[in-house]
Amino acid sequence: MDTFLQIVANGLMLGGLFAIVAVGLTLIFGIVKVINFAHGEFLMVGMYLTFLLSTGMDVHPYLTAAAVAPALFVLGALTQRLLIQPLMSARDEHVQIFATVGLSTALMNLALLVFGADIANTPAHGVRSQVMLGEVRILTGQLWVFGAAILLVIGLQLFMKKTRTGRAIRATAQNRAAARLMGINDKFIYVLTFGMGAACVGLGSSLIAPLYPTSPTIGTYFVLIAFVCVVLGGLGSIPGAFFGALVIGLVDALSGFYIGSDLREAVVFTIFLLILILKPSGLFGTRMNLSHVSP
Amino acid sequence: MLEVKNVDAGYGSTVILQDISLHVEPGEVVTIVGANGAGKTTLLRTISGLVKPRTGSITFEGKDITKLEAHDTVDRGITLIPEGRQLFPDMTVRDNLLMGAYCRHARDYQDDTLHEVLELFPRLRERLDQHASSLSGGEQQMVAIARGMMARPKILMFDEPSLGLAPIIVAQVFEVIAQVAATGTTVLIVEQNVFHTLKAADRGYVLENGRMVLTDDADALLQNDHVRQAYLGI
Repeated sequence: MDTFLQIVANGLMLGGLFAIVAVGLTLIFGIVKVINFAHGEFLMVGMYLTFLLSTGMDVHPYLTAAAVAPALFVLGALTQRLLIQPLMSARDEHVQIFATVGLSTALMNLALLVFGADIANTPAHGVRSQVMLGEVRILTGQLWVFGAAILLVIGLQLFMKKTRTGRAIRATAQNRAAARLMGINDKFIYVLTFGMGAACVGLGSSLIAPLYPTSPTIGTYFVLIAFVCVVLGGLGSIPGAFFGALVIGLVDALSGFYIGSDLREAVVFTIFLLILILKPSGLFGTRMNLSHVSP
Repeated sequence: MLEVKNVDAGYGSTVILQDISLHVEPGEVVTIVGANGAGKTTLLRTISGLVKPRTGSITFEGKDITKLEAHDTVDRGITLIPEGRQLFPDMTVRDNLLMGAYCRHARDYQDDTLHEVLELFPRLRERLDQHASSLSGGEQQMVAIARGMMARPKILMFDEPSLGLAPIIVAQVFEVIAQVAATGTTVLIVEQNVFHTLKAADRGYVLENGRMVLTDDADALLQNDHVRQAYLGI
């Protein structure tokens, strides 16, 4: 029983980690209607920034989020403005997706060039120490990630529902032409949203960096799992991404223990295929209307 | 107030509007009537900046707005209530209305405007917290009009406001348009429902195959032989 509880706890903590990566991905997809394949590399860039800032200035890696999240916002906003937006009028929407694949490869190789293939260890500053919750052992850093993921989801939901800009973002996603007739600058909304999605993963990267060694390919692993979470939760749904991530975290931990740690990913991606076949709209998914994508 | 001069416009390689000129003066109710496919919607979309004219010019209050984006024309005081309502389906009626007041000059007055607009549409008060997609067609049209008014426009343009509505609702819609005009807002209506619209308007234009073929006072157009034969079936 103790082992089971420990594994469930591990799974939930892992889910929190996936969630903090998945939230930005689903935000960008839900509003801009672009699948950002460079999202994992945004995470990687954020982790390297966290590493450089926390070692260079000898500060707690969490504090670097104050610089890393805004830096990632700029990276995301520029990606939308300079790469995606010029392709928005392209007949084939897949062009934009391939552009993000290209950006992903470019960033990965840029990191190889700058940092080499060696791993970079961000100083832990105590977040890898364990705490006991009853019978269950958890890393304090995992608890912080989990808490941050919850706050991020709640904060984003409040922003979307309660602020004028949040409503304008939702309106643009639901009916772009009508949004323009309300005086909303749709191109600005897309740049803003892409920036916000990247800033979310920027925040995540400062929390994840002290827990995982950073390497140029670190993003690939996380983003593939994050895609599964996003699809499970329903593309574009922020709470969906969170709960999807918890489910996938649990599946990952339980299958790793009861089936075999080599087969964890096989189980996760089998579930991914099953969702796509049986319930493509996901747990929280609404009908996605892609008809306003092209101007 | 609004002046369209020799405008050509269309989509891609298709030319829809040819050499269109029209003017609207402050406080007027002007209508553009014509058959389906004549280019009425394209004309309103061109004025509001969703479609860019190829040649010609559009001026509003003496300023050139030919090249402005749609979100900029709204800030100048031009609001279009689009054909087919185009609400934000998964937002509440209240949020739909608040989006109407997004533009700069309407923001600061949004609570007052909401109050005024709800006086005009008491039915919507009960629906404020429902999703727009759950409303009937007539109610949705009322939300679309109310949302347009939330922008406190100088000129309010209606694209086929009676489309797809039951006759009794159509009468209500035209009643509301008359009330909007009575508040001093300038109105430009595009309609297939020629009789109702000419009754409500001061002046009218007749658009056929992308060209203006006729313009006169609304009463005169109602008596015009061509209009009577082609559009009123008399």
